[in-house]
Amino acid sequence: MPIKIALPKGRLLRKTAAMLHKADWALNEYHSEMGFYRPESPKFPDLLIRVFHEKDIPIQIAMGNYDLGICCLDWIEELLTKYPSSDVVKVKDLLYGEGKLYAASASSPVELLRNGTLVHIASEYPNLAEAFALKKRLSRFSVFPVWGAAEVYPPENADMVLLSAGTLAELAACGMVPVSRVLDFSAFLIANRNSWESKNLDKIVTSICDTLPEVEKRAPEKEEINRDRIVARFSAREAADGTVRLALPDGHQQQQTVELLNRAGIKIDDYPSETGNRRPKIDIDGVSVKVIRPQDMPLQVANRNFDLAITGRDWLTDHLAQFPSSPVKEVLDLKLRKVRLVAVVSQELSVNDTGGLRQFIAAREEPFRLASEYVNIADKYARDKHLGHYRVIPTWGATEAFLPEDADLLIENTETGRTIARHNLKIIDTLFESTACLIGGTGAVVDPAKGRRIEAIVKRLRSAVGDA
Amino acid sequence: MRDLSPAEMTVFRLLEGIYRDCFLKWGYQEVRTPTIEYLHLFTSAGTLTPGRLGKVYSFLDWDGWSGERVVLRPDGTIPVARLYVDKMQGMARLFYATNIFIFEESGEKTRERWQCGAELIGVGSAMADAELIALSLEILKKLGMKGVELKLSHAGLIKALLVKLGLNPEEQNWMFDRILDGDVEALARVSRESPELGNVLPLLSLNGQSTGFLRNQRALLTRSVPEIRSPLDDFLKTVALLDDLGLKYQVNIASGSGFEYYTGIIFQLFLGKEKIGGGGRYDALIPSMGGGDVPASGFALYLDQLMSLVKTEAIAPPLPRRILVRVKAGDADAVKQAFKAADSLRKAGYIAEFDLDGRKSEKRWILEVRGEVPVFTLVDNVKSRNTEANSISEVLRLMEGESAY
Repeated sequence: MPIKIALPKGRLLRKTAAMLHKADWALNEYHSEMGFYRPESPKFPDLLIRVFHEKDIPIQIAMGNYDLGICCLDWIEELLTKYPSSDVVKVKDLLYGEGKLYAASASSPVELLRNGTLVHIASEYPNLAEAFALKKRLSRFSVFPVWGAAEVYPPENADMVLLSAGTLAELAACGMVPVSRVLDFSAFLIANRNSWESKNLDKIVTSICDTLPEVEKRAPEKEEINRDRIVARFSAREAADGTVRLALPDGHQQQQTVELLNRAGIKIDDYPSETGNRRPKIDIDGVSVKVIRPQDMPLQVANRNFDLAITGRDWLTDHLAQFPSSPVKEVLDLKLRKVRLVAVVSQELSVNDTGGLRQFIAAREEPFRLASEYVNIADKYARDKHLGHYRVIPTWGATEAFLPEDADLLIENTETGRTIARHNLKIIDTLFESTACLIGGTGAVVDPAKGRRIEAIVKRLRSAVGDA
Repeated sequence: MRDLSPAEMTVFRLLEGIYRDCFLKWGYQEVRTPTIEYLHLFTSAGTLTPGRLGKVYSFLDWDGWSGERVVLRPDGTIPVARLYVDKMQGMARLFYATNIFIFEESGEKTRERWQCGAELIGVGSAMADAELIALSLEILKKLGMKGVELKLSHAGLIKALLVKLGLNPEEQNWMFDRILDGDVEALARVSRESPELGNVLPLLSLNGQSTGFLRNQRALLTRSVPEIRSPLDDFLKTVALLDDLGLKYQVNIASGSGFEYYTGIIFQLFLGKEKIGGGGRYDALIPSMGGGDVPASGFALYLDQLMSLVKTEAIAPPLPRRILVRVKAGDADAVKQAFKAADSLRKAGYIAEFDLDGRKSEKRWILEVRGEVPVFTLVDNVKSRNTEANSISEVLRLMEGESAY
């Protein structure tokens, strides 16, 4: 069995690449985000290297798909806090990629609530957030898992966030006041427990450890934090003044969204923002805008944190697959960014449809593995198609790299199918077509003025879509 | 995960019959609470420790878009207290038998545990505590448990000592949890560093067996820690009652065990090293749920442990005799006769099974049925004797003439 290592994309890529360069790995493709995710090293020709989203790496190591991995401690702890018996061994602190996890709120907090008031916590780290809430003995809390941009939620849409930041100053720059320093982290070399106990990983481990500076890690500096102080601003969540709260997507959907708004005659300043401003100004009275991840919008609308949001039907469908009675619906098809959600397998697999898939699954002993960013759609798909004993592996992007070794089937979105073909994969089923859509709550709008504003925005967007 | 086999279920129901009978005779009424509850019921301060909450099975329901989590019942008492707050008032004697769900890291241990328990809500007297202790001991006695040890401590006393140790509230909670989780040395370790408690430390770890022990402790401890007089007096009242009732016990203040919601006396029941039950007073739980100033106490017995310890033959009532009813092959009239005969046998108190697979039976009695005279042949496998009969009363007479199975 060759040794397998999982390397991170994203925030750790540059420094990890530099470290491996120093270790003479001479990787052919691990320099930019535009990789094929399968680099090779002449120094270790037998080593199987894959590139994943950092958040996926502890899970891959715990599952035993990889022997070694590099990722930051925050994602390791996010896994271990919920699943303490996971087969992950922390081998070595690599002393780069440092950051801290803070619990923070938007304004100067008053007191920790243990009196039954509901505290809303938004975080990319839902397991650590829950552990934090339990440790602080919050009597009642809800954790909103978010894909990103947690800092933009308070005070209107969350009482508190658990987020990573380099320093307190960085935290202050996005308007956050720290409540508690939850974790200091840096990049770690991790190993699967069984691999560590039984395989010869020494050459790889030595090669990585030889690049590390001799100095021991210094003790983390102390910071003054108002401990145990959290304020619930639940009252601020439902804007009493009849303001319509609109959520716009960040990332690559911004350009198409701003063009649509322009066609609708809606002007918006600083969106897409070069400075990372997530609260752009819109030229309609009584409307406020926040820029968040499209993945997070259905949950936010369901919880009345926003009245309208522009997201994809794929994410709305995923949300409704998890919570069928959730009070959120598609208001308007914006007919942008048309993609198909498809079931994908490796070209090498002699399966061409779901019937063949069931036969394939019935003939094997180990559980069938579905990898997807759309965890709930994948789960529902497996249930609806009677895929027997299956497991859903949640991923955070770069899902193509999972086939064929680390998953058997992907639920992916595709525009042209070219990326799928390029990765030597094939489509065996189309689930549905997804376009950008405007979503809103299913409940009645009590304030008539607010209702009229919502109607006006929908009308302008509808005519813009018709014009397209 | 664990199955209960037919043999285990027999023991389970045997235990159930005995504890139900005891609970009912002491005036307790049975309740059953849902398997799925809201998580916030258990996260409210003073109900379960963070360590225990970290092992509950909590998840988002199908309508959990608000982030509100639900949980598989991790505790027996809190749901009963909630039920009381929702639906009842005044004094209530309630009992339950239920499964609770707690994650166990080792795959060998089951994550589903069974317990039965009683909650006495609405009274805060020493007599109420004594009632619960005596009731729990009576059940164990009727289950044939010999050599049960009763160990006593007092949550109010432990808390008063922790305050005196100069710990901040978070540390006090942590230490209280350590003690409740069974860390007997925890109190001794921190006491060592305390100027006020350092000299009384050796006394804390002693085991007392009479009210005299507590009076001696009081004489000394109240000098350095006057705050403990009130919980100690409360403790003494119950212990004195136990003396009057002739119940044997051990007092060890540092070895409390159980739940964070305990406020007064804590009692644990052991058989050898195995803990088979425990309980205590939890006067602050119902107020914390908004149920008003209602005191309460209760206990639970651990059915999994009891099932493995109980000697069934000593307490089981004699089982009804079993008989296999066999139809002569190819005889249509015989089937009707067989159903009639089996019905009469059951009414007479026998367990009557039809022979459906024709295999050799290990039962003593087999009744062969025909559609014509002679209708019955009674086979006695013990005496290797076959007797013919034409009525079921004849068959019954034949069997009753013989000794029990």
